[in-house]
Amino acid sequence: MPGRDTLEPEFLMFDLLMQTSVNAIYAASYMALIAVGLVLIFGVMGVINFAHGELYMLGAYTVVYLYAGEEYPFFLAVAIGLVFVGLVGLGMERALFRPMRGNPLGGLIASIGFLLILQTLAVLGFGVRMEHIPPQTQEVVHLLGEWAVTVPLQRLYVIVATVVLLTALWAFLRYSKFGVALRACAQDPEAAALQGISMNQTARLAMFIGAALAGVAGALTAPLVRTYPFMGHSVIVTAFIIIIVGGIGSLEGAVAAAVIYAFVNTFVTTFSDGVVADIVGLMLMLIVLVVRPTGLFGVRDRA
Amino acid sequence: MPKGGGAGMGDAGRWIVGLGVIYAGLIVLPHVLSFSQKEIAVFLVINILLVVSYRLLTLTGEWSLGHVVIMGVGGYGSALYTKLVGIPVPISMLLGASTAAIVAYLLSFPLFRMKGFYFLIGSFAAGEVIRLLWKRFREPFGGPKGLKLIPSFPDVHVGGLTIDFFDPVNYYYFCLIVVSISLFVLFRLERSRIGLTFHAVHWQDQLAESVGVNTWRYRTLAFVVASFFAGLSGALLAHYIGTVNPNRFDVEQMVFVLIWAIVGGTATIYGPILGVVVLTILNEVVLRQLGFDEMRPLFYGVILITSIMFLPNGLESLVQKLRLRGGGPAGGGADAVSEG
Repeated sequence: MPGRDTLEPEFLMFDLLMQTSVNAIYAASYMALIAVGLVLIFGVMGVINFAHGELYMLGAYTVVYLYAGEEYPFFLAVAIGLVFVGLVGLGMERALFRPMRGNPLGGLIASIGFLLILQTLAVLGFGVRMEHIPPQTQEVVHLLGEWAVTVPLQRLYVIVATVVLLTALWAFLRYSKFGVALRACAQDPEAAALQGISMNQTARLAMFIGAALAGVAGALTAPLVRTYPFMGHSVIVTAFIIIIVGGIGSLEGAVAAAVIYAFVNTFVTTFSDGVVADIVGLMLMLIVLVVRPTGLFGVRDRA
Repeated sequence: MPKGGGAGMGDAGRWIVGLGVIYAGLIVLPHVLSFSQKEIAVFLVINILLVVSYRLLTLTGEWSLGHVVIMGVGGYGSALYTKLVGIPVPISMLLGASTAAIVAYLLSFPLFRMKGFYFLIGSFAAGEVIRLLWKRFREPFGGPKGLKLIPSFPDVHVGGLTIDFFDPVNYYYFCLIVVSISLFVLFRLERSRIGLTFHAVHWQDQLAESVGVNTWRYRTLAFVVASFFAGLSGALLAHYIGTVNPNRFDVEQMVFVLIWAIVGGTATIYGPILGVVVLTILNEVVLRQLGFDEMRPLFYGVILITSIMFLPNGLESLVQKLRLRGGGPAGGGADAVSEG
């Protein structure tokens, strides 16, 4: 940008702050997708899905296979990723979580087992190396007129998709019959069952939506992040921090915590370094746990 | 295992004979193994201490995800005391274990405000913070590459004989002695009043509190003692392999400890031992020789899922079933196996 060098330092600082905020919004978006799915699954089934990061990885690998490999259009690959990972979630519900109902630790252990299986399958199918995924678009969108705040279109997709999907989910949970049934099960499974709500049906629905959200997050961010079979690890750690800070079981809390965490993390990473950012994030969570052992928005003690 | 009614001398005798047979096997073992298998035997003995100490913590009902990091605290601590201060290895091992216990004591203040799943994740977060500190600070922790050239256990001169602990067989015997003593202490602790209180804290914490048991104190005690022995296992490991780094104590290792404990079962002291021994043999000997190197985690996953579904009380429940079928509360030792 010609001429910008002559500007006052505080203007450059403002640019940097704005740019970092945009980056944080992007990070908050896909983390919110993942965390909301995790919370939804926990709310209905009472199980912490440790394999959630691997569902995210599976979504990314759908794009690796279909878009980078078979040259499908990017958005078709993303849509297939959403459905495919959702179906994997259905399979998990049937094979792992239903037999383990009423045994939260058992469900958690089973999902750790499933995580190892998914990771190994990814290694066997694609190798341990990082995948190269050509970006679908190189375009950069300029925000705020003359300020040097930019957002790559590829990242903007993630932000827009998150807003659309989470709004749709909110409307679904609030207004549809299934959504009401789902919330009822999350609040009191026994009372819901007495009202004639099928627990299996609801669990399937929650698992499909939760897994599909993780899958679509992975599919959308595949060209933007390091895609390799163990990519789920760092994601699940962050997702745990977010759902704890937000209060396990609270969808609004998860979204709010995703935003808080992403801003803290992005700003500390920008102005210090990544390891310090991780430490700050974990400390944030520990402090929340010590001060409010059920999270910021958590009301019930389910665990 | 609850104390049987009319067991008496016969039961004790059986235990002594059984232990004698096991120890005879353990003493002969390294001489029939290949070199790499001897190394695995050393790790196995160390891991037995790790997983049994983990079980002590689970007795109070809390499942931690920070136990392997606590093991690392022992390893790092012991390594630093020898490297920086020049303390002799045997003493620094105990100091390293004590450091792990002290760190656990400090962590108990924030962590025991939480229970259940919150404790699980809280302990994980606390462990990650410690691990990231090792990664972040090159001084004195060596950063991501960790500490290298950790002094090994010094040679011991007995009469004219020199015992070189760099040799896996000798180190195996050394670990076997240390671990046996530790297991004995843990076993006695569980059978004591304190151990019974641990069970009370787990199953009836409110009732226990109402009769005047300070559940916080007992939870902390279990955590600190478990951490001491985890730290000791870390020190044993550090001075054997000569290097420690943050990745050696990451959550993946923790998952393995969890798997050993779950697959073996945690109701008895031999449950987790069964778990770690069976899975290590399966992993290192059977799967490795079949050449399924890349697929090993998959098998672990399948084993984990099958065992939690079909053997929810672990391998130890199989042993107990065999025993029950053996009939009679007293004495029916020899026919126990033949009937099953």
